[in-house]
Amino acid sequence: MNKTATHIIGARLLHALALAAFVAFALFPLFWLLKVSLTPDDLMYGEGVRLWPSRVTLDHYGSVLRHSQFPLFFRNSLIVSAATGLLATAAASAAGYAFSRFRFRGKAWVMGVMLVSQMFPLVIIVAPIFRLLSPLGLTNSLSGLVVVYTAFNTPFAAFLMQSFFEAIPKDLEEAAMMDGATRFQALRRVILPLTLPGLAATGGFVFTAAWSELLFSLMLNSSAAVSTFPAGLLGFVSKFSVDFGQMMAAGVLALLPVGAFFLLIQRYLVQGLTAGAVKG
Amino acid sequence: MATITLSNLSKDYGGGPVLRGIDLEIREGEFVALMGPSGCGKSTLLRLIAGLEEPSGGEIRIDGRRVNEVAPKDRDLAMVFQSYALYPHMTVRENMSFALKQRRLPQAEITRAVEGAAAKLGLTNLLERKPKALSGGQRQRVAMGRAIVRNPKAFLFDEPLSNLDARLREQMRYEIRKLHRELGATSVYVTHDQVEAMTMADRIVALNDGAIQQVGAPQELYDQPANLFVAGFLGSPPMNFVDATLAPDGALVAEGQTLARVSPPAGLAAGTTLTLGLRPERLALTDPTKGSAVRVDVVETTGTGRVVHLALGPQRLKLFTMDPRPLAPGDVVGLVVPPGAPLLFDPVSGARLS
Ligand SMILES: Nc1ncnc2c1ncn2[C@@H]1O[C@H](COP(=O)(O)OP(=O)(O)OP(=O)(O)O)[C@@H](O)[C@H]1O
Ligand SMILES: [Mg+2]
Repeated sequence: MNKTATHIIGARLLHALALAAFVAFALFPLFWLLKVSLTPDDLMYGEGVRLWPSRVTLDHYGSVLRHSQFPLFFRNSLIVSAATGLLATAAASAAGYAFSRFRFRGKAWVMGVMLVSQMFPLVIIVAPIFRLLSPLGLTNSLSGLVVVYTAFNTPFAAFLMQSFFEAIPKDLEEAAMMDGATRFQALRRVILPLTLPGLAATGGFVFTAAWSELLFSLMLNSSAAVSTFPAGLLGFVSKFSVDFGQMMAAGVLALLPVGAFFLLIQRYLVQGLTAGAVKG
Repeated sequence: MATITLSNLSKDYGGGPVLRGIDLEIREGEFVALMGPSGCGKSTLLRLIAGLEEPSGGEIRIDGRRVNEVAPKDRDLAMVFQSYALYPHMTVRENMSFALKQRRLPQAEITRAVEGAAAKLGLTNLLERKPKALSGGQRQRVAMGRAIVRNPKAFLFDEPLSNLDARLREQMRYEIRKLHRELGATSVYVTHDQVEAMTMADRIVALNDGAIQQVGAPQELYDQPANLFVAGFLGSPPMNFVDATLAPDGALVAEGQTLARVSPPAGLAAGTTLTLGLRPERLALTDPTKGSAVRVDVVETTGTGRVVHLALGPQRLKLFTMDPRPLAPGDVVGLVVPPGAPLLFDPVSGARLS
């Protein structure tokens, strides 16, 4: 084996090690979540800090599913996140398309205001929003959360969608329009199919943001019937103790839909759908 | 098939005029090349005809009907884009069917039209492929196919061959011409390549700086260019421009040498400075004693002949010759300008005088 070959293998090894270290670092909290959720109560504090308990149990999962309100929170979260994902993605697509394709009066202002809206720490507008939603009957309701989440997520999602639309050559919709399509037909039959990865990514982003939101869920909704699961998780904290086992089990369960969602859309996230449109 | 009439058409994107006072009548079945350098407004003019841009002034008529306000989809024109703009998520067949489906033609008719066009372009075996699985030349053909299945009123081409290599470009030039002969459809072809314009067009529209410089048959533009721009744009190697003075006896004198003699055009006073246009292939070499003495600078061999770079004092000329005499840099040779070869231009306005 000559010197350069050893060199290359060495570099590859280093590369793999660095990646492995990063993955381990990123996944460790998740691993810990899983580990604690499987640790029986009597070993929770008894075994010190160990990578894996000497006994594992599914008890926590059982009690979360059967004796807590978690399934209800879970359902609420699912409704809110799915609705937010759909609404915000639809609004963001429309806005993103307009930003990318049209010149109109006040465009810079609209975009500027949307950008600025992303700069406030949300906590300073909790009270005004509560005052706004309360007379409309939108506090203590899932719809209220959907409205708020959609409003907060649409600007960023719109910029995201704009960048996806920018990546699609204008020639394509112009070709469709020459071929007898209206602008809307060109959008639906040519542009949207090519934006599926973008739609999936944007939808996933918004869904996840809504899924894990705590502040507004906690502040706007006090009744358990309309709590989402991040707020619900706090229920495992009582005055005198924290039921870590159940809390972690609930956390693992909460990861499932997000994980499933990304599994579902990952084939759309693969880039290169527009390959072949232009000369190449 | 259609006539396209442009009257006093102009376009301004907001940063000064891009097209000015365009008047043009494109006849039924004609193949017209819009030719000019990069940035002169060729694509803009084509897009105005297509309806993809709105004119700032003037009028566009197709078959006599004003179409300024008509949407691109209702103009019934087919466009071949420089980028081809194939729909990447559709197969070749779907790409070619798109316009026909849009028109809600019966499926059987669509299949027949698509397969007919595919056969014409040699795409039959590629119909089920996606564009990304095609070579550049094949994509180009699909773009052509998508246009011809529609049987449109006119074809608009925006530099459709510029992404192909030289050999393929030459072949496609011929095939597009052949298709045009078969279909007889009005075609507007944008190109910055003078060879494409010369070889393909029935008439060339020479554009520069947003204005039409000259319209005419290729040979007409070549032999009687309206101005320095057209004269310099057509031909390879390009026309020589030599500063010369008109003597009272009609001699054209440059650098102290009489290059040629003309009967002075009316209204030109002796002593006027002129720009002389000399086509390289119209010039000939002889012994230094017989012609104007010039020095050989560089000799390039093209295969068919030689391009000889000549120095006439500080001025430079190119000459194309098939004369086999030995030539080396530094040699002094005689230059012969046959009568009728020189074109006279006004050096200030650029307009042709003779
Ligand atoms: N959308 C636009 N907004 C502003 N200016 C534009 C726009 N499109 C074109 N222009 C300007 O108009 C002029 C003509 O452009 P055009 O694309 O018609 O040139 P062209 O002759 O097709 O050049 P090329 O051979 O490089 O394609 C250029 O100066 C260009 O900068
Ligand atoms: Mg162009």
